[in-house]
Amino acid sequence: MNVIELSNVSKTFTLHNQGAAVIPVMSDVTLSVAPGECVGLLGASGAGKSTLMRMIWGNYLAASGRITVAGTDVARAEPREILALRRERMAYVSQFLRVVPRVPTIEVVAEPLLLTGTPEDQARDRAAALLARLRIPERLWQLSPTTFSGGEQQRVNIARGFIRQVPVMLLDEPTASLDAANRETVLSLIGEAKARGTAIVGIFHDEAARDRVCDRMIDMARFAA
Amino acid sequence: MTAMDAYNFAYLDEDTKRMIRRALLKAVAIPGYQVPFASREMPMPYGWGTGGVQVTAACLTPDDRLKVIDQGADDTTNAVSIRRFFQRTAGVEVTEETEDATIIQTRHRIPEAPLQERQIMVFQVPIPEPLRFLEPRETETRRMHALADYGLMQVKLYEDIARHGRIATAYAYPVRVEGRYVMDPSPIPKFDNPKLDDSPALMLFGAGREQRIYALPPYTRVESLDFDDHPFVASKADHACDICGATESYLDEVITDDQGGRIFVCSDTAFCRSRQEDRQ
Amino acid sequence: MTPLFSVRGLEKRYGARIGCTGIGFDLWPGEVMGIVGESGSGKSTLLSCLAGHLPPDRGEVIYDGRDVLAMSEPERRMLARTDWAFVHQNPRDGLRMAVSAGGNVGERLMAVGARHYGDIRETATDWLGRVEIASDRIDDRPSAFSGGMQQRLQIARNLVTGPRLVFMDEPTGGLDVSVQARLLDLLRGLVRRMGLSAIIVTHDLAVVRLLADRLMVMKGGECVETGLTDQVLDDPQHAYTQLLVSSVLQV
Repeated sequence: MNVIELSNVSKTFTLHNQGAAVIPVMSDVTLSVAPGECVGLLGASGAGKSTLMRMIWGNYLAASGRITVAGTDVARAEPREILALRRERMAYVSQFLRVVPRVPTIEVVAEPLLLTGTPEDQARDRAAALLARLRIPERLWQLSPTTFSGGEQQRVNIARGFIRQVPVMLLDEPTASLDAANRETVLSLIGEAKARGTAIVGIFHDEAARDRVCDRMIDMARFAA
Repeated sequence: MTAMDAYNFAYLDEDTKRMIRRALLKAVAIPGYQVPFASREMPMPYGWGTGGVQVTAACLTPDDRLKVIDQGADDTTNAVSIRRFFQRTAGVEVTEETEDATIIQTRHRIPEAPLQERQIMVFQVPIPEPLRFLEPRETETRRMHALADYGLMQVKLYEDIARHGRIATAYAYPVRVEGRYVMDPSPIPKFDNPKLDDSPALMLFGAGREQRIYALPPYTRVESLDFDDHPFVASKADHACDICGATESYLDEVITDDQGGRIFVCSDTAFCRSRQEDRQ
Repeated sequence: MTPLFSVRGLEKRYGARIGCTGIGFDLWPGEVMGIVGESGSGKSTLLSCLAGHLPPDRGEVIYDGRDVLAMSEPERRMLARTDWAFVHQNPRDGLRMAVSAGGNVGERLMAVGARHYGDIRETATDWLGRVEIASDRIDDRPSAFSGGMQQRLQIARNLVTGPRLVFMDEPTGGLDVSVQARLLDLLRGLVRRMGLSAIIVTHDLAVVRLLADRLMVMKGGECVETGLTDQVLDDPQHAYTQLLVSSVLQV
């Protein structure tokens, strides 16, 4: 039983304010990911790797086709159904950290747990453990991550993504700006998630990392529109 | 024919009295509700009891016996001039004895002697709207009355306690009538508030400048607003009257010299005098 | 589960001019909906109609199974001070400036029958704390507060009775950017902890991105696009939404 199932998915962007130009991005995407499996997306920039991940996340609207993620058809679901899916069954580690400016790092990391109703002290303990494991110095935990370096922000994002155990994870270059030690930590976090049965779709430019965690690679060229 | 014969009985013309009586009937029918009426110019300035005078004029019959008090006293300017006004324009009997009066017009007090059935109290009211200082829009306060939306009135008392540690409002203390309308009892001391409750007398309130009449029919339930942990207290100066020795009457503090000398005396002069006479 | 608040075919006209028309949606418990659009797009008219401040000409507004438009004024007012709350853009419109902070927060409690001064004060103190106003300011009047504090006080005053549905009209509109962030964070926390449903009208897309689960985009009194907030902002479908999103200055 696959946790992620895409069938005949296509995506176009219509730029209404630029002469209604229609930009086809991909078509006929069919893809399935089983529990515990990690699928890497391959392709040059602009091939639609991030776009595909965003469609699975519900961030981009599919033009046609079906995207079933942990029981929810993301292409047709109501906003609250997508939010429930994101809250309970799916995590996304993007390359960019988007947070309310003054919120302390520890709160940012704990938030996904708080949204599922975990008691605040428990959520904070879990956040602290992950931040420590990702080598964010404790003196930074009470500061907002908006002022952190790129690598630190990336690790905050990873901590936020891995704080819950969910059936589906989307990883967009999770090791991109990390040093060797932290890269190793992230790779073991991914390994642990897979061992728990998490289905993962990811973009890894880091070839060694790709080889270590990915079970299959999919070339976006196959879906070129 | 004297000069006064040129006026109608009790100064106001019959049409005006009828208009006021209609307002009074409506007010009695809806206890505590402010009924608008077309207040007339009276031969005295606003603030001197024009509302009360019009109500008294509308109620007065040739058989009535009128008592007029100002701050409890029968012999202060306001009381004397209104009493003389009705003596001259209506030729009615007047009295200073609370028990003997059929109509008592008052400013700022309710007499100490218990009121009886068939007596009418007429209050002079400067500002009939109890919510005025909290919500200046008349359209809004009327709606609040209509919907019994009285949280704001309680806020006023809250502010009192927050600022003074207790409900410091000492006069014009707001009341709730029959569990419905919140009413300003006119600037009587809160000491007098309990006398409003279940009173055998008819209580009429007239605000001349504001053109409002309201009423409490006999035996109406009148509760002073308060908090469970700051209950209403009908307070007075903690003294006995220095003239008659009364301990249960409302007292005025009178400064007697510039050395800090002062005495406390009954504000109800008729009550105080009758006690002095009884002692002699 | 059923929707908390349902709107069908709502229309308000000002003579021949359209205020808003053809508006319909379901708001679910715990959901936060943003209504965005430029000035004059009808979003404020819509909010007024939804909150019962303005009678619509046509349509249905159902709250928790009750027809709001068919309610008597006392019923609607009772709803407005218990289950509902309304946060105005200008705190002066939502506060009593001559009444202390504690009195402002306590008013809604007293309006629904609270008569114990000590309890009212304790609740007010607790709420001032929740909106990050020091408890020693409880007897100060809002006129002595900064704009951000006034707005937080307005929020405390509104949420003290534990409403289920909050209407907000540009809640961060008049505030400095630094104060906005703090307020947004506060609102987010309160919405999450109290499980509030909310409808937020704003022209600030950053505000809805942080606060709203879903968006309604309005133009000329009509809804041109709805959807999940980040989907509408990141992959807008309608020409007007694309224009709106692309017009935001990036910093």
